[in-house]
Amino acid sequence: MRSSAIAVSGLRKAYGDKIVLDGIDLDARAGTVFSLLGPNGAGKTTTVNVLTTLVKADGGTVRVAGHDVATEARAVRAVIGVTGQFAAVDDLLTGQENLQMMADLHHLRAGEGKRAVTSLLERFDLVESAQKMAAAYSGGMRRKLDLAMTLVTRPQIIFLDEPTAGLDPRSRRTMWILFRALVAAGVTVFVTTQYLEEADQLADRIAVLDRGHLVAEGTPGELKRQVPGGDVRLRFSDVVVLDAAARVLNGSAVDDAALTLRVPSDGGVKSLRALLDRLDEHSIDVAEFSVHTPDLDDVFLALTGHASTEAIAQ
Amino acid sequence: MSTTSAPLTDSRIMVRRNLKHILRNPVTIFNGALMPVVVMLLFVYVLGGAFNVGEHYIEYATPGLILLAITYGLAATAVSVNSDMTKGIINRFKVMNVSRGAVLTGHVVATMLSSSVAIAAIIGMAFALGFRSPATPLDWLAAIGIIAAAAFAATWLTVALGMAAKTPESASLTVVPLLLLPFVSSAIVPAAKMGQGFRQFAEYQPFTPIIESLRGLLAGTPSGGYAAAALAWCAGITLAGYLWSRATFSKRA
Repeated sequence: MRSSAIAVSGLRKAYGDKIVLDGIDLDARAGTVFSLLGPNGAGKTTTVNVLTTLVKADGGTVRVAGHDVATEARAVRAVIGVTGQFAAVDDLLTGQENLQMMADLHHLRAGEGKRAVTSLLERFDLVESAQKMAAAYSGGMRRKLDLAMTLVTRPQIIFLDEPTAGLDPRSRRTMWILFRALVAAGVTVFVTTQYLEEADQLADRIAVLDRGHLVAEGTPGELKRQVPGGDVRLRFSDVVVLDAAARVLNGSAVDDAALTLRVPSDGGVKSLRALLDRLDEHSIDVAEFSVHTPDLDDVFLALTGHASTEAIAQ
Repeated sequence: MSTTSAPLTDSRIMVRRNLKHILRNPVTIFNGALMPVVVMLLFVYVLGGAFNVGEHYIEYATPGLILLAITYGLAATAVSVNSDMTKGIINRFKVMNVSRGAVLTGHVVATMLSSSVAIAAIIGMAFALGFRSPATPLDWLAAIGIIAAAAFAATWLTVALGMAAKTPESASLTVVPLLLLPFVSSAIVPAAKMGQGFRQFAEYQPFTPIIESLRGLLAGTPSGGYAAAALAWCAGITLAGYLWSRATFSKRA
């Protein structure tokens, strides 16, 4: 078993009367990706802020790379890198200057700093824009620059707070590739997200946070098993066909008013083909067909009994 | 990678960063260096003829306009300080063992340097418009000392105001009083010529002794009383600005 990179026990934090974190326990193994999944307002950013020494906890212990964040903050800061929710780049500096500033602040020797800057610009595909001010960068480029700045010192543990929020799907995928490369290089990654898909794609373990409580923890597979599976939704032209289909497809849920049938399914090609073949055999015409896979809302509904959006309204 | 911070190195990096900010923002350069010169032309050529100040107007107005050259650049500093605090970059510095004071030092030193340019421009312009001074080199040295003390005080106060503001927009508003105060001092016209209330205010506000001590030095008639009052004000404002900045910084950052 690998050692703990991040060990949190009984973490509590309140702002005034509002309890943001109510006794959180986490354990992220070195060299793995740990994802904290939850909607807005669940306490994800507060957790990251405590783990990265930005905010003091009210209770509990937090050890990062073996150091206590409260009493050994300097030692923690020396081994971590943080990329927050909003790209923390200097708009009036160029991409290269932003990276060079990080190298300088870490007191890298001139040659070493220059090499780090050059190789990061290449690795993040920012060479062409290196001499442009960051203010002129697109959202995706800013996130890339932000991450590159975090990597100047080769941190052992990287915290990513909603690193792809607001990015288009293409930029999101680019970021994922970059994160995977980090993990392949042995870095421990702690990533918060509100997208189940993102956690599923990246994480070895996922913890689900809701209103300051952890409601579930496990591998993506374990977590998805706790959630009702996906289904196929079929809509028919009238009640007669609907009833006929319901007789053919046992175990499906009938909605008379909407003329739809929900058939549990894993969404795979094989099972879908079998389903359609069966309808064909009985000459049942389907007016509309859609596949529904579980998303964060389903996970939340299953784990907490309320929708993820309710947490925002709080 | 090092876990020990080097305040001097860090401060130098921050100064360089802030100077780049100033140079890359055309509005900052205009407000800081050109605006005071425009105001000088306005007062000397357009309005000055109407003021009877008992001497050549350019000689009367120059000390006050030097202070305007300091205050016009302050809005940029307040906005810049506030942006650092509100736009996330401060969090990056905080998780990096960057020495805490370096961020503040960077703003103060960069503002002092850009102020020096604005002050040099306004003094150069004054000479070009016919300003003549019988001051000895020693008087000039003393005058520069007072100007530097005033710029230092105004800068620390501005850093504190920028730090305390909620948004960059409101930060630029907080320095408006500093821009207006010189007009209700003996900068443009003697306090004695102002209306009831304003006159007393002008006589007792910090800009007046600073301006009067400069005026005395540049006219070759230094006044110890004004100079002492000016330096006392500057020291007090600097200390208050510094302590307030530090307190807000450790609370917010």
